Amino acid sequence: MVDTPSLIEASGLKVSRGGQVILNGINLTVDPGEIVTLIGPNGAGKSTLVRALLGLERIDSGTITRKAELVIGYQAQSVVIDATLPLTVRRFLTLTCNRPDDELSRTLNHVQLNPILDKSVHVLSGGEMQRVQLARAILRNPDLLVLDEPTQNVDISGAIELYRLIQETRDRLNCAVIMVSHDLNVVMSATTRVYCLNNHICCSGRPAEVSKHPEFLRLFGQSAADMLAIYTHNHDHGPTGEVLSTHNHTHDHPH
Amino acid sequence: MDDFLVRASLAGIGVAIAAGPLGCFVVWRRMAYFGDTLAHSALLGVALGFLFGTAPTLGTMATGIGVAMLLVWLQQKEDWSSDTLLGLLSHTTLAGGLIAITFIQGIRIDLIAYLFGDILAVSDTDVAWTWAGAILVSGVVALLWRPLVALTVNKDMAMAEGIAGRSIELAFVVLIAVVVAISMKVVGILLITAMLIIPPATARHLARTPEQMALIAILVGCIAVALGLTGSYRWDIPAGPAIVLAAAALFAGGMASGLISNLTSKRRQPIAPAQR
Repeated sequence: MVDTPSLIEASGLKVSRGGQVILNGINLTVDPGEIVTLIGPNGAGKSTLVRALLGLERIDSGTITRKAELVIGYQAQSVVIDATLPLTVRRFLTLTCNRPDDELSRTLNHVQLNPILDKSVHVLSGGEMQRVQLARAILRNPDLLVLDEPTQNVDISGAIELYRLIQETRDRLNCAVIMVSHDLNVVMSATTRVYCLNNHICCSGRPAEVSKHPEFLRLFGQSAADMLAIYTHNHDHGPTGEVLSTHNHTHDHPH
Repeated sequence: MDDFLVRASLAGIGVAIAAGPLGCFVVWRRMAYFGDTLAHSALLGVALGFLFGTAPTLGTMATGIGVAMLLVWLQQKEDWSSDTLLGLLSHTTLAGGLIAITFIQGIRIDLIAYLFGDILAVSDTDVAWTWAGAILVSGVVALLWRPLVALTVNKDMAMAEGIAGRSIELAFVVLIAVVVAISMKVVGILLITAMLIIPPATARHLARTPEQMALIAILVGCIAVALGLTGSYRWDIPAGPAIVLAAAALFAGGMASGLISNLTSKRRQPIAPAQR
């Protein structure tokens, strides 16, 4: 895809808040059709970086170029809707775009939910809400799907399922995906490029490369890297998940 | 019906139409105290209006917008919580207004009328102001409705997907200032927030979508105005407080009916994962 222009290109990005440098020297590009995953410990600036790329954060220096007329579908890290706001699934799905009911139902089916459009969003479970959010982002027919911790509040088999859905969505819509994640062990299957972030970009590349990088090992430890390697190696066999037997905590080594 | 009652009804309905949909956002965004602060600043606006020789309504609008901007500025500069800043601005402007109003020479100002409303004394000009404001507010709210709802659900999401958050939020604040200005004569400075909060809160019991809630809030507001004016006329009680009490009674009714329907229908089928 050398001849296609990037969807988003950031160079020399610096963001600080209250005298604290959150992001520094960030260079990152997202090309059409790519799945880019940002990983890093808590407080590494993952969400800040995504928000900056979308133009939601004031940046101190550097440049961000977004393709003109870029259609974005955004899944926020957690959506807390005030109980006083009556909202059906239908109305939630059509917050920023209008679509007919049959299309809404079809998309809910894609994310494996019963198409109950008249259901109030306030009675959905955490996992259901994540999938309704994904459906909402998909319905925009985006060039770029931005998912901030899409597997929060979802158990590990649910997470695998969600990643499968995201990959399938990418294939169907031919869109690019930026994903923020902290569960290393399952995120990797479909990712084309991983950025390992800890206020700066420690390393980036294909999952297999990143897992061997010394910076990655220093940040996440050998056990995480081992699991990553296993998973990447096995990924041709489909995401059934030998890796699932082990739990992996990635936040043991904060800076 | 007497002329003054017709004017009072018209003014009250104008306020109900403007305050209902906008009040929904005040409820959803938990901005009741913000509405109160703008209302409290209204008296200062009245005084400034007299001092500069403009209509009180214009003075009130300008002061409300000024206070809102000051709040935004303070929020960015200082570490105090919004709650504290609102308390500061709310009572400072009220105290300032109470003092400023004593400096106005030559014109007798009925302070009680501003504090508690004097809907039965509204003039044709007041009705015209109210309706001009109501039409302006309704038009802009209708225009900005969808982006405002999206911003209310999740600001990041709405802005990432191309909604011009900053200017729409600014317009929202200005609209509240306008509603405060046109409500002052009807229910009075101390009761304005009631017209923003109680009808939408009542509507919440019945609505399933934001749009339904806004429309029902208008309806509830109109009924409260009708009931309040009737009560005021019949029992010779102050009209503004009567309207607010009528709205509160409707809220209690809505709550009771909500409780009853909750008890009678216990069905809650989950939106379970589908086939697979």
